[in-house]
Amino acid sequence: MRRIGAEERITLTLNVNGRRRAGMAMSRTLLSDFLRHEVGLPGTHVGCEHGVCGACTILIDGRAERTCLTLAVQAEGCELVTIEDHAEDGGLNDLQQAFSENGALQCGYCTPGILASCVQFLAENSDPGEAAVRDMLSGHICRCTGYVGMVRAVLEVAAKRRSGK
Amino acid sequence: MKPPRFAYARPETVEEALSLLADGEASVLAGGMSLGPMLNMRLAWPELVVDINRLSGCDVIAVEGDTVRTPCLVRQAVMLRNGNVPLLSLALPHVGHMQTRNRGTLCGSVAHADPSAEVPLCLTALDGEVELTSQCGTQKVAAAVFFDGLLTTAREPDEMITALIWPKLPPGTSYGFAEIAQRRGDFALAAAAAWACVDGAIARVGFALGGIEDRPRAFTPDASGLPASEATARELAETAVGELDAMSDRQADAAFRRHLGVEMATRALCDAFAGAVS
Repeated sequence: MRRIGAEERITLTLNVNGRRRAGMAMSRTLLSDFLRHEVGLPGTHVGCEHGVCGACTILIDGRAERTCLTLAVQAEGCELVTIEDHAEDGGLNDLQQAFSENGALQCGYCTPGILASCVQFLAENSDPGEAAVRDMLSGHICRCTGYVGMVRAVLEVAAKRRSGK
Repeated sequence: MKPPRFAYARPETVEEALSLLADGEASVLAGGMSLGPMLNMRLAWPELVVDINRLSGCDVIAVEGDTVRTPCLVRQAVMLRNGNVPLLSLALPHVGHMQTRNRGTLCGSVAHADPSAEVPLCLTALDGEVELTSQCGTQKVAAAVFFDGLLTTAREPDEMITALIWPKLPPGTSYGFAEIAQRRGDFALAAAAAWACVDGAIARVGFALGGIEDRPRAFTPDASGLPASEATARELAETAVGELDAMSDRQADAAFRRHLGVEMATRALCDAFAGAVS
C-alpha cells in the first residue's frame, strides 16, 4: 500500500507525454502544479482550482480530466498527455489548425484544456451534433470567444476525419 | 486554493481501507470531484486521505435479482453508458460535465450529500439503499434515512460506502427527470425525478424533489386511477412542495425554490406519464 506522511516529500515519477518524468511532491501536491512546476510543462493552465473552469484539463489514460482535482500521486502509473504533446510532425494537428482558422481562441488561456476534451470527444463521437459539442464545451469557461468558433472547428474536424481528408 | 497537508494512503483491498478508517479521522477519496474542491478551498482538513481508486473489483455494475448494485468505483460516465437504471440515464447528463463524470463516482456523490445533487435524488426517488461497510460488518440503509441534512449523512467515520443498491422497477415503468440550474452542469436550484406505471390511467407513481430542502425528499402519493395528465402532475407536485421546508440563499429564496420545485416535478411527472423512457 502506498503511504505518504503529511510532512513527507517524495520523488514522484509519472508518465508524461510518453516519457518518464520525475519531480518532488507532497501528498497534497496537485497534478496541475506538479506538471507546471516540477515537470516544467506550463501549458496545463490553472484557473479556478476547484474543477469548474476546465483550464487544467488534460488527458489521463485517454480521458479528459481535471488536474486541479487530482493529486499528483494519484497519477502514478497513468498515461498523461498534456497540450505540449498535441502537435504532430512539429506542426499543429488538425484540431489545433481548425481552432486557429475558425477563431476558436483569442487569449488562449482556456484552449489547452478544451483541446484535451475535444480529443476524447471526437474519439468517442465521429458524427456529433452541435448540441453534443456544446454540451462537451460546457465543461470549460471561455471568456473571449463565445464558443461559436469552437463549435464550428470541432464539427469541421469531425467532418474532415469522416471523409478521410 | 491548495489543499492543506494530510497523510495519504492508497489501500488495495477494502479490508485495508476499512482498517485505515477504523484508526482515526480520515476522508475517503474516490473521484475527488467533491472532496477535491473541499480540500482546495480548505473546507475539509482531514488528517488522512484514503485514496480508494486502486481497490480491485469495485467498478463492476452487477444486476442482482430485482436490484442493480453499483460499487464504490463506478464512475458517472460509465453508468451513463450502462442503462441498467433508466432514471440515472436521464439524470446523469445533468451531473457536472463530461470531464468531471469521467472521474466522479456515484457513491462519492451520495457520500458528499449535496442537497441539489442528482444521484442522491434518484436514489431517493427509487427508494434505493446505501451499503455501508466497517470492520464490524455491512449494513444497508434506506436513502430516505441516509441523507440527514446539508452535506450530512448517516455514515459513521469508520464506515465507507461500498455500494449503492438500485431497485429495478417493474417492466412498463417509465421515468422523467427535470432540473433547472443557472448554468449547464451547475448545481440545481430545483430538480425532480419521477417514475410512473400508466395503464390507461395512473396505476402507481413516485417522485422525489431535490435542491429545495436540505436533503432530497421522496413522495409516493396514492394516485391510482387518476388521469395521467398535466393537471394531475401539477396537483401532485403542488401537494408535495407544500410539505417541504424550502431553503433560501443568494440564488433563490424559499418562495422561488417552491415555485421551481412545482415546475420541475410537474415536468418530470409529465415525462414519466408520457413514457419518456421505459
